[in-house]
Amino acid sequence: MPAGVSLRDFYYLLPELVLTGGALLVLIADVLLPRRSGHALAWITLLVLAATLASLGTFSGTHEVAHGLIAVDEFALFFKVVFLVSAAVTVLMSVRYLEIEGASPGEYYFLILCATLGMMILAGGIDLITIFIGLETMAVSFYILVGFIKPNQKSNEAAVKYFLLGAFSLGILLYGMSLLYGLSGTTNLRVMAPVFFGPETRHDPRLILAVMLVVAGVGFKIAAVPFHMWAPDVYEGAPTPVTAFLSVGSKAASFAMILRIFLEGLPAMVHDWQILFEALAIVTMTVGNLAALTQTNLKRMLAYSSIAHAGYILIGLVAGTPRGVSAMLIYLFIYTFMQLGAFTVIVLMRRRDVVGDELKDFSGLHFRHPYAAFAMLLFMLSLGGIPPTAGFMGKFWLFSAAIDAHYYWLAVIGVLNSAVSLYYYIRLVVFMYLKKDATGSEPSTTPALTVALAIAVVATIYIGIYPRVLFEIAEASARTLGVVGITAALP
Amino acid sequence: MGQAIAFYTLAAFILGFAVLVVSTKDTVHSVLFLVLDFLFVAALYVLLGAPFLAAIQVLVYAGGIVVLYLFVVMLVNLKRPPEAHQDPHRRTKLGFGLAVAVLLELGAIATYGMTRTGSPLVVPGTNGPLPGNTEQVGWLLYTSYLIPFEIASMLLLVAMIGAIVLAKREL
Repeated sequence: MPAGVSLRDFYYLLPELVLTGGALLVLIADVLLPRRSGHALAWITLLVLAATLASLGTFSGTHEVAHGLIAVDEFALFFKVVFLVSAAVTVLMSVRYLEIEGASPGEYYFLILCATLGMMILAGGIDLITIFIGLETMAVSFYILVGFIKPNQKSNEAAVKYFLLGAFSLGILLYGMSLLYGLSGTTNLRVMAPVFFGPETRHDPRLILAVMLVVAGVGFKIAAVPFHMWAPDVYEGAPTPVTAFLSVGSKAASFAMILRIFLEGLPAMVHDWQILFEALAIVTMTVGNLAALTQTNLKRMLAYSSIAHAGYILIGLVAGTPRGVSAMLIYLFIYTFMQLGAFTVIVLMRRRDVVGDELKDFSGLHFRHPYAAFAMLLFMLSLGGIPPTAGFMGKFWLFSAAIDAHYYWLAVIGVLNSAVSLYYYIRLVVFMYLKKDATGSEPSTTPALTVALAIAVVATIYIGIYPRVLFEIAEASARTLGVVGITAALP
Repeated sequence: MGQAIAFYTLAAFILGFAVLVVSTKDTVHSVLFLVLDFLFVAALYVLLGAPFLAAIQVLVYAGGIVVLYLFVVMLVNLKRPPEAHQDPHRRTKLGFGLAVAVLLELGAIATYGMTRTGSPLVVPGTNGPLPGNTEQVGWLLYTSYLIPFEIASMLLLVAMIGAIVLAKREL
């Protein structure tokens, strides 16, 4: 029986400890600082995120800490960087938004940091218990953040919907996890994997039921069709910066969880979950894009587009090769920046009397604020997958991974869907550049928003032109996952 | 064999009460069936050799959460069908019976506590798994699963802050 937790564990959990301490610091600072010091709190939050990012660099290599509950490897590191950067951009977006809405910033930033903490635990979790606790920490923070603007009815409705469906999906996921535990006798994914390779468990109908339940549970989290019902309403009702964080951070964390559970824990069941995810990917891409075509609210449109993007990313999982996994990581990284950028422009449009998330608010934006319009143009092209933006590189890599693994149909459907998606991305561009009416709202910039926008623009262009660094890092990260085992199991 | 019979009996009761919870018209009855359901689940835990979980199940679910449900039922003031019974002394009798039951229970606990001559819970000097279910759960929580346990405390803090954020009046 191993005793306690050693100092070594705390050393490898340093980033999580820094983040936890920082979150508590924000909570205390909120009480100590005078009222209306949202800027100071935002600075503290950014410093905490920067300190956490810096502490990620104190160690390297692959380790298992806390009795094999948490893995500290390059895969987790990759995701942690994504979470911290998207949290930082979210904070930059939030300062002005909170002032306009009159919401208390202390608890808001605390919850943002706690959601980030949950994501980081999730990315490192190689045990069902750690995964569940991390998922809950992230989800509970988001339930509250979504309903943070209390006077707003839509925000309340979104929070209740998200909470109910989230709790329900979590129940399904837990049921699947409990079956996995019952069948394997362990909660540790790496101990579980070889157990399921045994001849008698492999074709156990209970195991197949468990896999189906887990797929449904995680399907809710990444808003894959048919588990996507909550996404449009929640994305529309939530405060825009929270929507942005939800659509990138929560999604990336859920994909990290999916990769951990299925590639590390269930490589024996690859043929079963591959079929499920293949169906999910096709339906998710198609329904997401078709539903986005008719949306006039930009947040709803981006919600459906984000559903479609989840479908694209699933292609990498279906391929199941190391290349597919690295393509997923690359796409998630790129998606983070283009999605955050698009939401930053929507936040720019928010003024005291205008919500600014309708399509008509953007009409003629080019003539009022050419930089914002150009940034939005860039993000739309990137989301649609047009070169030389980063989105093209991401899609190219995903589809080529599918072709590599002989999933030609999946690649064809993906390309066709990208073509469909161009319609609604370009429609926004048409509104911004070709309509000259002055009914649209005036964007208002602040230094924080400009920095957020600049980060997103630079990343979108830089990765589009010079993707090699990201590709190399993503491939190294994918290699640390147990992908090698799965390739052996494939025909 | 005996265990299997016990399990299937308990499972049948659990399912039966679960059906009653959703099928009965009266909300209060529904909540009370839920209590019974939780108690039978607790019995299932005892059968599996997890008395600690059974106690927690009774305390948290049958105790705490159901009280919460009853509060909600009371606050939303759902229309109840009229009482079928006409006995005017029914409440008095029922109250008397309950009071006697509680008193007997208290007496039983008191005598048990007086006459008990057991060893202290923790044997000093041991550093392996302790005897007893509760001790083992505690041991695991503070050794192998210390990190998730600590993260759960953050989760609790988030829930607390969230409750305050959502419930407090606008400043």
